[in-house]
Amino acid sequence: MDLGFLGAGIGAGIAVIGAGLGIGKLASSALEAMGRQPEAAGPIRTAMIIAAALIEGVAFFALVVCILLAVKA
Amino acid sequence: MFFSSDSSYAAVQDTVKHSGSGGDWILHHVMDGNYLDFPPLGKIYLPHLQLFGLDISITRHVVFLWIVAALLILTFIIVSKSYKKSLIPHGFTNLIETIVVFVRDEIVKPSIGHGYEKFLPYLLTAFFFILFSNLIGLIPWTATVTSNIAVTASLAGLTFFATQIGGIIHHGPIGYFKGLIPPGMPVALLPLIIVVEIFGLFTKPFALCIRLFANMTAGHVVILSLIGLIFIMKTYFIAPVSIGFALFIYLLELLVALIQAYIFTMLSSLFIGMAIHQDH
Repeated sequence: MDLGFLGAGIGAGIAVIGAGLGIGKLASSALEAMGRQPEAAGPIRTAMIIAAALIEGVAFFALVVCILLAVKA
Repeated sequence: MFFSSDSSYAAVQDTVKHSGSGGDWILHHVMDGNYLDFPPLGKIYLPHLQLFGLDISITRHVVFLWIVAALLILTFIIVSKSYKKSLIPHGFTNLIETIVVFVRDEIVKPSIGHGYEKFLPYLLTAFFFILFSNLIGLIPWTATVTSNIAVTASLAGLTFFATQIGGIIHHGPIGYFKGLIPPGMPVALLPLIIVVEIFGLFTKPFALCIRLFANMTAGHVVILSLIGLIFIMKTYFIAPVSIGFALFIYLLELLVALIQAYIFTMLSSLFIGMAIHQDH
C-alpha cells in the first residue's frame, strides 16, 4: 500500500484549495477597488498580479513537497 | 514534447512500455539529462567530465545556460554598439531600452530609492537572464534553465550576498545586524526577535529560489501531463480537448515567464532596499 502517493495527492489538492481561495479573495477585492475608482485601475492591477504571484509561490512550496513525496515513495 | 516518428500504434505501445510507474517520462523531459533530445531525429550525447571526483559533465541545462549567456552578451553588445551611433534608439535597441527603463523606473528606483545605481547592473542582469531563460524554455526541443534548482539557488544566493554586502557596506557590520531589530522593542521579546530576524535573512532568498523553480517546472509538467493524457487514455478522441487545454496552459506559461522575472527582480530590489534603508 503506497501511502506516499496518497499523501502526495491529498497534499496537492489541499494546497490548490488554499491557493484558489487566497487568489479568489484577492481578485474580488481588487476588482471591487477597480470598480470604485477606475482611474486607479493600473496600479491596482499591478499590485494584484504581484500579490497573486506571491500567493502562488507559497502554494508551490506545497507542490514541491508533494512531488518529492510522489517521486521518492 | 512527446512526438514520435513511428506509427501511432507503436508510439502508444512505446509510451505504455516506458511508462514505468506512470509519470516517469514527464520527469525525464523536465529534469536535467546527459543528452540533448530531439525526439523524431535523435539524441546528441554530451560528454561526461570529472574534476577531482566532482561531476562537472556537460548536461542539457549547462548547454542552455551557455546559449542564454551567449544570447544575453550578443543582445547587449548590439544595444551598446548602437548607442555609439546615435543616442536615440531605433528598432531592437528601442525595445531593450524600454525594458531597461521599465526595470529601472518601476522596479529598482521605487524600492531602493537613494543609491540605487550600485545595484542596477546586478538587478538588470538577473531580470534579463531569468526572462531569456524562461522564454527560451518555451520553444520546443529546448530545456528551461531556470527549472533547475541549482540555477535558481545560485540566483537567490547572489541576491542574498547582494543584500548582505549592500547592508554591511552601508551600515557597517555591527550596525547592520543591530538595525535588523525594530526600534522600541520590549527587552523580553528580544531573543525571539533576533532568532526570527536571522531566520528571515535566509528564508527570503530561499523563497525566491523555490518560487522561480516551482513556477517553471510546474508549467512544463502540466503541459506534458495534458498531452500525455492522449497516450494514457489510448484514444485520439481526447486529443482536441487535451491540446486545447495544453495551448491555454502554454499561453499562461508565457505570462508566468514574464511575471516570474518581474517578481524575482522586484523582491530582490525590495530586500536590498530594506537592507540599505533600515528605518522600519
